[in-house]
Amino acid sequence: MQGDTETPETGVPHGPDTDGAAATSAPTTDERKYWLDQPGNVSKIYYGVVAVCLLLLGADFFYDKHAEHPLEQYFGFSAFFGFVSYVFIVFAAKQLRKIVMRPEDYYDQ
Amino acid sequence: MISSLPPGWILIFGSLLVPLLRGRLRSAYILLLPAIGFGQLLWLQRSLSAQLEGGVVLLRVSTFGYSLDVVRVDRLSLVFGLIFYIAAFLGVIYALRVKESGQHVAALVYAGSAIGATFAGDLITLFVYWEVLAVSSVFLIWAARTERSYKSGMRYLIIHVASGVLLLAGTVAHYFDTGSIAFGHLGLDGLGGQLIFIAFGIKCAFPLLHNWLQDSYPEATVTGTVFLSVFTTKLAVYALARGFAGVEILIWIGVSMTIFPIFFAVIENDLRRVLAYSLNNQLGFMVVGIGVGTEMALNGTAAHAFAHILYKSLLFMSMGAVLHRAGTIKASELGGLYKSMPWTTTCCIVGSLSISGLPLFSGFVSKSMILAGAAEAHYAFAYILLLFASAGVVDHSGIKIPFFAFFAHDSGIRCKEAPWNMRIAMGITALLCFLIGIFPRWLYAILPYPVEYQPYGVTHLVGTLQLLLFAALAFGLLYRSGFYPPELRSTNLDSDWLYRRLFPSAWASITGIGGRAWAGLLESAQSRITATIRSVHRHHGPAGFLERTWPTGSMALWVAVLLALILLLYYL
Repeated sequence: MQGDTETPETGVPHGPDTDGAAATSAPTTDERKYWLDQPGNVSKIYYGVVAVCLLLLGADFFYDKHAEHPLEQYFGFSAFFGFVSYVFIVFAAKQLRKIVMRPEDYYDQ
Repeated sequence: MISSLPPGWILIFGSLLVPLLRGRLRSAYILLLPAIGFGQLLWLQRSLSAQLEGGVVLLRVSTFGYSLDVVRVDRLSLVFGLIFYIAAFLGVIYALRVKESGQHVAALVYAGSAIGATFAGDLITLFVYWEVLAVSSVFLIWAARTERSYKSGMRYLIIHVASGVLLLAGTVAHYFDTGSIAFGHLGLDGLGGQLIFIAFGIKCAFPLLHNWLQDSYPEATVTGTVFLSVFTTKLAVYALARGFAGVEILIWIGVSMTIFPIFFAVIENDLRRVLAYSLNNQLGFMVVGIGVGTEMALNGTAAHAFAHILYKSLLFMSMGAVLHRAGTIKASELGGLYKSMPWTTTCCIVGSLSISGLPLFSGFVSKSMILAGAAEAHYAFAYILLLFASAGVVDHSGIKIPFFAFFAHDSGIRCKEAPWNMRIAMGITALLCFLIGIFPRWLYAILPYPVEYQPYGVTHLVGTLQLLLFAALAFGLLYRSGFYPPELRSTNLDSDWLYRRLFPSAWASITGIGGRAWAGLLESAQSRITATIRSVHRHHGPAGFLERTWPTGSMALWVAVLLALILLLYYL
């Protein structure tokens, strides 16, 4: 399957049609410039997320909580829990890689 | 007349004409089939509305002294029937340009059998549809026509036929226990119920029974995977909701289903396989709802199945479009495709936001009901674990799928935007995800029980946004500081390793030892036989002592010697 579909040509059996499926991997020189191509703009998005996060955390001061779970009554619990869970998942998955990762053609050998 | 036709048959038998049609006529015909079926269900819903609570049997067939409720309609089956027809319609649009008739027939029979099973009132009818479903769906995998898809399809077929056999065995056992084959609440008290539970569990991808899903779905055709992602597993969710609502072990099975696929999804390189893990994780939420079993939780499960079918097909559609145009779906080779495929990118992001459960999108209004149901029934620990799993969804489906396909580093791939029919299918599906998020009342109105739930409360709104955005912030932080694991070309071992590597190699070593013993036995027997033949040959062969030809003279001499001896003895 995709294991051997490096080129669009071999990828065609997956596709419902064959016309225009070819992808060219050489960008043309006069290609349009995109806003995201400038590295500074990616940082703008990142700091935008940081700002929204701070606003959301601050919002916890301004309403009475009627949470489903007693832990959620604490200030910023959801924020803290989301952040920590995410970091844990990523680091745990990196450890998992040490156990389960094999070469791509493992089952074809 | 059409109202008396069992739901699903219009797709199953209607598909038989597809090979005879060509071009636009065929396109119109295959679009019409699910549209008519959907209309039939709406008509049933309207005309039966008052009697739906207890369920209405529309077709009962008596045969061999049994009566089979071939069509039974109630509110639970209607939700699933309606969304199955919607998904079939969207899938048909997405697959409109597939030239091969066989794929259309397989997809329509597959969808039809899932719909038929949804309205099955007894276990025998359910079994028949269950097997038709398994056999028709495997052709969507084989249609990829690669060696991998062939082998994967074989494994898929064996596992699903086994699920059917368990269902049949369970039905027989259940009949002997209770004298009934009705498909209602079954429970785990009898052997029959337990066998049927495992049969459903295989199709629902319970932990350790799950790996057919991640194995086969990414090997199917671009369009086939979109269909596959809809029917098999959600039929299993429906069947569990009907047969095992409130069975507590389902809560813990569901919770583990939401959690373990997350880690595999983070490190998987094939983006359609990431989606298969994500699908497994979403099923977990639904299974928890069934385990909790209150009206609120079961409503949540039905709502989540409805919303999930849409955003999951949308995600599979967008990744299918990428595979179709770019020729690969490996995260390690993709990136920067937003420049070539802006429409697909936008639709994919809508799917990602929906599955993450961001307010204003469909996942938010459905998943919240399951979480609230679990909290209401005082499953506080399960609730926290589901929150943890929700943070995981942000990673694999919310960020990883769109980020590595369309953004990340520019792979240099420049391709065309998805074909028009794929763009239309993705556009409608994305719109539905959005509309359900904004107008949840539409969805709540068709749920099995009356709904008094309001997802847009301030506490829940702010809490959800905090959870999701701080998870996204964690991604930003980890990615920018280089801690996020890179996408690597790899295969990750999962439970399929047991039957793809361990069992075959164990079998090979057993047959190896046996084979060597047998060979040794043969060899010693052979050497004995050879030795015997040699000794016979030595004595009786052409040069053997006993086979030599003797001169007549020596013969006469020996006779004379013998006579002389006898004479001598005589005189003694």
